Amino acid sequence: MTDFPTSSSSSFDVDPVSSSAILAKNIRVGSSSCSPLLIMKMWAFFFVGLLCTHLSPVSARIGASDSSRTQPTERISGSAGDVLEDDPVGRLKVFVYELPSKYNKKILQKDPRCLNHMFAAEIYMHRFLLSSAVRTLNPEEADWFYTPVYTTCDLTPNGLPLPFKSPRMMRSAIQLISSNWPYWNRTEGADHFFLVPHDFGACFHYQEEKAIERGILPLLQRATLVQTFGQRYHVCLKDGSITIPPYAPPQKMQAHLIPEKTPRSIFVYFRGLFYDVGNDPEGGYYARGARAAVWENFKDNPLFDISTEHPSTYYEDMQRAVFCLCPLGWAPWSPRLVEAVIFGCIPVIIADDIVLPFADAIPWEEIGVFVDEKDVPNLDTILTSIPPEVILRKQRLLANPSMKQAMLFPQPAQPGDAFHQVLNGLARKLPHGRSVHLKQGQKILNWTAGPVGDLKPW
Amino acid sequence: MKLSALPQSYMNRRNNSFRGPSAPSDSSPDGAMKSPAAMFWLVLHGLCCLISLVLGFRFSRLVFFLVFSTSSTAPTTTNLFTASPLRQAAEISGNLEVRSSPVAAGGALLVNKTVPRVVVGRHGIRIRPWPHPNPVEVMKAHEIIERVQREQRAQSGVKNPRAVIAVTPTYVRTFQTLHMTGVMHSLMLVPYDLVWIVVEAGGASNETASILAKSGLRTIHVGFDQRMPSTWAERHKLEAKMRLHALRIVQEEKLDGIVVFADDSNMHCMELFDEIQNVKWIGALSIGILVHSSTMTDESESSTIQQVAEEENWPVPVQGPACNSSNKLVGWHTFNTQPYEGKAAIYIDDRATVLPRKLEWAGFVLNSRLVWKDTEDKPEWVNDLDSLDGVDYVESPLSLVKDPSVVEPLGSCGRQVMLWWLRVEARSDSRFPPRWVIDPPLEITVPSKRTPWPDAPPELPSTEKAMNIRDNQVVKRPTKTRSSRSKRSSRSKRKHEARIAETEIRGKHTDQN
Repeated sequence: MTDFPTSSSSSFDVDPVSSSAILAKNIRVGSSSCSPLLIMKMWAFFFVGLLCTHLSPVSARIGASDSSRTQPTERISGSAGDVLEDDPVGRLKVFVYELPSKYNKKILQKDPRCLNHMFAAEIYMHRFLLSSAVRTLNPEEADWFYTPVYTTCDLTPNGLPLPFKSPRMMRSAIQLISSNWPYWNRTEGADHFFLVPHDFGACFHYQEEKAIERGILPLLQRATLVQTFGQRYHVCLKDGSITIPPYAPPQKMQAHLIPEKTPRSIFVYFRGLFYDVGNDPEGGYYARGARAAVWENFKDNPLFDISTEHPSTYYEDMQRAVFCLCPLGWAPWSPRLVEAVIFGCIPVIIADDIVLPFADAIPWEEIGVFVDEKDVPNLDTILTSIPPEVILRKQRLLANPSMKQAMLFPQPAQPGDAFHQVLNGLARKLPHGRSVHLKQGQKILNWTAGPVGDLKPW
Repeated sequence: MKLSALPQSYMNRRNNSFRGPSAPSDSSPDGAMKSPAAMFWLVLHGLCCLISLVLGFRFSRLVFFLVFSTSSTAPTTTNLFTASPLRQAAEISGNLEVRSSPVAAGGALLVNKTVPRVVVGRHGIRIRPWPHPNPVEVMKAHEIIERVQREQRAQSGVKNPRAVIAVTPTYVRTFQTLHMTGVMHSLMLVPYDLVWIVVEAGGASNETASILAKSGLRTIHVGFDQRMPSTWAERHKLEAKMRLHALRIVQEEKLDGIVVFADDSNMHCMELFDEIQNVKWIGALSIGILVHSSTMTDESESSTIQQVAEEENWPVPVQGPACNSSNKLVGWHTFNTQPYEGKAAIYIDDRATVLPRKLEWAGFVLNSRLVWKDTEDKPEWVNDLDSLDGVDYVESPLSLVKDPSVVEPLGSCGRQVMLWWLRVEARSDSRFPPRWVIDPPLEITVPSKRTPWPDAPPELPSTEKAMNIRDNQVVKRPTKTRSSRSKRSSRSKRKHEARIAETEIRGKHTDQN
């Protein structure tokens, strides 16, 4: 993508993001034309620039309408700035590969439960991209390439996904796209992105030791991974990955909303396992002992409403609680975070080094409470020593509707939701750096790397 | 890198639990026939089981970690931090070896730049020395909850809440403490500023003052120079006059707020006080009328009343505003007195039903500025308070307005019932200890006839004033020198045996006064 002159952009710093988007779009239109049209390009540039100064104040104010809600909210801006409400349309173009239906549709037909479990994001993202405005049918102008392969849809009778065939499936899909289209080999996947929402992302295993041993699939080492797993300094989290929240059914949660003025009378709320008796009878492996520590220390504490039951009023209870615990399980992430954000309950995240969804757009430190696993025995002291003003501020941030939208995957897609945040994240990675495009004949990927079992065809 | 001989499966998490070493006794008889290696293995297996039983956790995995570990990275140790005695067994068996995550098996492609701080493997379950609630923490948590709820109320509730002015006509009688305590506690819970104007028939008395003193509310206690008459009709008139007197006080003191007519025998819901904040000038609420028919009457009466109730589609008669589908006031639901024709109580002591008026004062709330003199922003449909001075009986606050259509229906147009009307009084000749303090204490205790106590006298002493004797109950009875003492005891049990007329049994739902 050609660079546009930056000297004249100083007059447009009212809303730099949207103005640059409009400018970029404009430049793209003219980029394929030949040089005599350059002058026309310049005129168009200035004209659009003038328009920008009038239009951008309007776009910046879209988010300010949150005062119409009865609860006062605060604007959320993470390390990347105030980007939750950005519109990705016009900032990037995505080309969706047409894979044979055995990679996506047929798998879904075999087991439609894949639409409801917490890994359903891969399916809904595909559907969203097919009908989105960022989709382009011309791969030459695409910034990103998406491969719709549902690797997390091979379910046991219980509903848990088996990852054993996923590496082979992914590998087979990549072989297909690299042989049928030239775009994979051009960059060896550096401008491709994949959705891998499984427990440990592209390591494709549910057990952490095994996942670490396998590491990320070698063929994906240059691609951008969009995954739910995030833990710093972990093998299965690649630099430049985009962390997304797990899928939680939006209608189900909306159906259980209670009036906002219901007073929050539960101090700490948690429902779930503390010991995984089936797989870790002695304790100490599951959740690195953190959940067991919560139980042992606080089981008789009246402030902590914790148990292993499955009440029918789970969502309603969360709306009546001030803090909701989100400890790690076998993997550090969980749908509890999404539920806590939707229901306005401050999430207490007990998972060392976790990377939370959209960490550059959402300042999680200001919204949730982070507790080290070693500090779990002092959880009550930690929570009661938070000043009330801080707690009220966190509740205000949680009440921001753009925050709640960013955690959801609604159908049909709505502005500001998780789909758009993923696209925003991809757009923030543009323009692609120099290392993306490989020179002729340059090869980095080793197609025979990995365990022998992965090399079998799928 | 685990030895394949180990009976472990990675499908553990996906399948049902596979407990490691099972009881050895199951398989031993057959195994003895097999080779000595299998025999040795079985023995080792059994030994491991026994050790596991003693220690309390699965021992074999630990052993293989220690013995067969070929990990290239230096084993790190984690010290267990727990106080649980079972866990200390792990320390007995040596330091735990935990593998830090090795470099990815796929080659040198993904080299970790830093050593991860979080390691995979068994961690201890940290329990603090005294894992029980700390009272200081609990109090702090409650303060936090209180603050959060206050904020919630501030946001979802009313902006700029106005003060509430409660007007209560009362007089000293047996049931006064009962009723006034109820109203007092309701008003104490109101989260807004409150002024309680208590108008007392027969002059301000110490009885009432002592009740009001307990409330801690801002009260204005005035006396009204007439005594409560003995017919219901007259009583209603007097109460209306007393309420107007209270409104006069509001006028004189220029009290600002919303006037609520909180009769002392009514029951109020807390949402009522939130709802009335929505009133602009004059509002109307729905009252649930709890009218009881005396249970001594025959069945046919109650059935007719029930029929009427069914016709109206309401299990309890409700008096209040009636709205059409566009939520505009079109009329009033009033109490249907037809079934009670001829059976209504006229005198205080009548055993018949006490009926409410057509529209009770309690169902209306006013903006106090309506009764102020000389304010500019009073609407023109307001009658001056002075114009009501000479009127004999002001039925309801509707007399204050020229046009009843300006009344605002509250409580989702009368659909929510937030207060209940109930007249319950004792007989007019019933006595009670002043301020409900029995002083000096009663002297004579007379056990009942059928008492199991050994020192019971065989015969009851007969007295002029007979007592209500209940089974196994002790009745404290004054000596004859004291005259005015209550003859009533608990009214939970009813007996149909008539004693002397003046001590006749009171019904479950007590009588009128």
